Amino acid sequence: MLMNLFKFKGGVKPPTNKTQSVGLPIAVAPIPSRLVVPLHQSIGGTPRPVVQVGDKVLKGQLIGEADGWISAAVHAPTSGTVIAVDMQVQPHPSGLDAMSVVIEPDGQDQWIDRQPFDYTNAAPEAVREYLQQSGVVGLGGAVFPTHGKLTPSKTVPMEELVINGAECEPFITCDDLLMRERAEEVVRGVGIFRDLLKPKKVLIGIEDNKPEAAEAMRAAVQAIGEDFEVVPVPTLYPAGGAKQLIRVLTGKEVPAAKRSTDLGVQCFNVATAYTAWRAIAHGEPVVSRLVTVTGNVHTPRNYEVLIGTPMDELLDLAQPNPDTDGIIMGGPMMGFLVPERSVPVVKATNCLIAHNERLFPPKAPEMPCIRCGSCARACPHELQPFEMYWFSRAKNFGKTQEYHIFDCIECGCCSFVCPSRIPLVQYFRFAKSEIWAREREKNAADGAKTRFEFKQFREEREKAEKAEKLAKAAAAQAAKKAAEAAAAAASENTGENAAPAGEPAAPASVAVDAEKAAKMATIQAAMERAKAQRAAAQPKNTETLSAAQQKDIDDIEARRQAALSSVPPAESGEKTE
Amino acid sequence: MMFAPAPFLLKDTSVSQVMIQVCVALIPSILAYAWLVGPAILAQLVIATLAALLAEALMLKVRGKPLDLFLSDGSAIVTAWLIALTFPPLAPWWLVALGTAFAIVVAKHLYGGLGQNPFNPAMVAFAVCIVSFPALMSQWPSVGLELSLLDQIKVILGFGSPVDALSGATPLDALKTGLKMGEGTVTVSSLLANQEIYGRVAGRGWEWVAAGYLLGGLWLWHRKVITWHVPAAFVASLSLISGALWLYDPAQFANPLFHLLSGGAMLGAFFIATDPVSGCTTPRGKLIFGAGAGLLAYIIRVFGGYPDGVAFAVLLMNLCAPVIDLLTQPPIFGMKDKS
Repeated sequence: MLMNLFKFKGGVKPPTNKTQSVGLPIAVAPIPSRLVVPLHQSIGGTPRPVVQVGDKVLKGQLIGEADGWISAAVHAPTSGTVIAVDMQVQPHPSGLDAMSVVIEPDGQDQWIDRQPFDYTNAAPEAVREYLQQSGVVGLGGAVFPTHGKLTPSKTVPMEELVINGAECEPFITCDDLLMRERAEEVVRGVGIFRDLLKPKKVLIGIEDNKPEAAEAMRAAVQAIGEDFEVVPVPTLYPAGGAKQLIRVLTGKEVPAAKRSTDLGVQCFNVATAYTAWRAIAHGEPVVSRLVTVTGNVHTPRNYEVLIGTPMDELLDLAQPNPDTDGIIMGGPMMGFLVPERSVPVVKATNCLIAHNERLFPPKAPEMPCIRCGSCARACPHELQPFEMYWFSRAKNFGKTQEYHIFDCIECGCCSFVCPSRIPLVQYFRFAKSEIWAREREKNAADGAKTRFEFKQFREEREKAEKAEKLAKAAAAQAAKKAAEAAAAAASENTGENAAPAGEPAAPASVAVDAEKAAKMATIQAAMERAKAQRAAAQPKNTETLSAAQQKDIDDIEARRQAALSSVPPAESGEKTE
Repeated sequence: MMFAPAPFLLKDTSVSQVMIQVCVALIPSILAYAWLVGPAILAQLVIATLAALLAEALMLKVRGKPLDLFLSDGSAIVTAWLIALTFPPLAPWWLVALGTAFAIVVAKHLYGGLGQNPFNPAMVAFAVCIVSFPALMSQWPSVGLELSLLDQIKVILGFGSPVDALSGATPLDALKTGLKMGEGTVTVSSLLANQEIYGRVAGRGWEWVAAGYLLGGLWLWHRKVITWHVPAAFVASLSLISGALWLYDPAQFANPLFHLLSGGAMLGAFFIATDPVSGCTTPRGKLIFGAGAGLLAYIIRVFGGYPDGVAFAVLLMNLCAPVIDLLTQPPIFGMKDKS
């Protein structure tokens, strides 16, 4: 079974610290005093609660209904009573609250009526929906709803199905133990994925530091009679990243902007395959998972833990040493310190590490970047982290995107190797969240702008309509007046021919073109009004004048009047205007 | 609850570890230098180190930066050692101190300190001093000069015999002058036959110092402090241009080996052009940077007026580094064969 493996660039080799927690078999963690089950445990829409305070629930009963296609149902992890449906602190670095169902167990651990699902006779859509209803999500840590990844591309044939048993993060061994102890069910779960996606071959990648797991998987594949290939891959963090493992096993590189199915490949974690099988074959939705409890504890070990178990209760099982000063959820490369020790275990919780300063010494002070390029050589996505760092620091977010910041998988390799101890990943998370926030703001502002512009447009249109209406009314009025005037003039015309008032109007034509005459009349009237206004307006600097000054002005005015009366009227009109 | 972002595990590395490794890599050539050319280099190293630390401390204080953190990073010592190794070993103490102070104060801190300098500080010091004090910077101890360490220190401190009596040109400079003086009558090979000056290949003693740089540089490469790109491109371009001209007219142009092992070629290839702060960072960029530096170094040392061209070559390439980096960004994961 020799296979040509590919390499991904970069990667680091942190001390693995895995042996501590593989010595003992998986233990079932006892039912805790209280379960806090967050509704939002996967990527996508937040499930809607379908239980109320006081409801009695059975183990596996639906408590949160999937909201939309990219969302997965949530179930009661044990039987008991719902004592609250409210906001609870989440296992998230920010310590944010989110809607959760709090269940007081009754200790019976009584299942719902479990029915296997005959998937071989069901349509693929029905199988996907069943997995969604069973709350099956990616248990490698990303918790993407599994059913959403089980549709092959319409145009590209599925070539490889990659099963991820690499488990590259230090300290974590839950997948290792799962494969050692429950290989058969994992392989059967892989069979479901294979039946849905119909790939040409199935590759199960396991880092070569887990020979026992690889052996167990190989034996299971053989026992079931499948043709899956179990492939040991070199131990190099982050070989267990989906894209890295796909690269190592198939040579394909999936860019951030593409789906792996577009390249004819798909990847699932071994624990996901296991839960899919439990759901299909036993009718058990995802209500528990394997969690490695390790670090600064007396007996590191893997536990099968009910979702919603408070982390401190779980940690106590492994007897943490008294100098434990925090709990890391996940591994030391990508995990985070939980905001409170009592936050619940969720579907994404693969590992709890009791933190102390001996295991994780405080970091040396940050120094300036010396552009040594170690980060670029360590980056598995072949990015230039130090360039993105400059631009993130300068808040030049456009440039960070030019350097492909969204291709960063935040694996931490760059921070790991940086001699200047710069928390590079932290800068990138900052830049990404700023870009998202600005995007949201921009969308909101664009919406507001559109609304404002439409309002302005509407107001202007209304104004224009009003003005038009007014003008029409005025014109009608003027026409009426002019007609009257014309009629009067016509009657006068018979007597006196040279009437001074009627000078601009041609009396004969008025009767013929009443509207034109009306217009002329209004213009004439306006001119008269303007003239009157001009005459009424006093010069501004003549308010405080002595009698002598006033007399001078009067004299000048008198002379001007005299002069004006001597020039032709047309010219004088021009001048005064 | 404390705030500490992932990763919680870090590799055991630091800026000072990087700098210390560069210093360690310089030791073979320093030993060869002290043994074959004269122990005065040890005195110069001490003078330059003291001047660098003093200038660094002063600038850190002025800029309000933590003294202990930055004084211990070792970057000033690397600059100091490179200056001591590129200046004439019998140069007066104040010249070395002045050059070092200029490198630290102007070329480093006025540009923003560690990691911010666009030019290699040691090369700035060399360029400034050779322009300002051309005579002092061109006086190298004459071949076969026998002086005790004490006498050499006396010369450096200004108590000894006048430098003129003791000094000559570097082999590289001597060859250039020799060719010019005896135009048409001498050839490179007739000049190089004088083993008193030129040793076996490229200068008595000096060729071993260059070999020391090569050894230290290869160790740095092995330790992954530097990558192969810059030295390989530097050596390749210097060999190509010198080889081409040597084949064209062996009487007027020295062979590639002479050029590789004389002057600052090896120091430049492995220790100066590889400076990450002022150099290129992308693999292709490093190749262009190294090749450009090697080519310019040859042109300046053979056709220019200065005894060697490495310093100016590196400074000129420093100028181009940002643009080269911009134009040579490597494609990222998943975006290689598509547009």
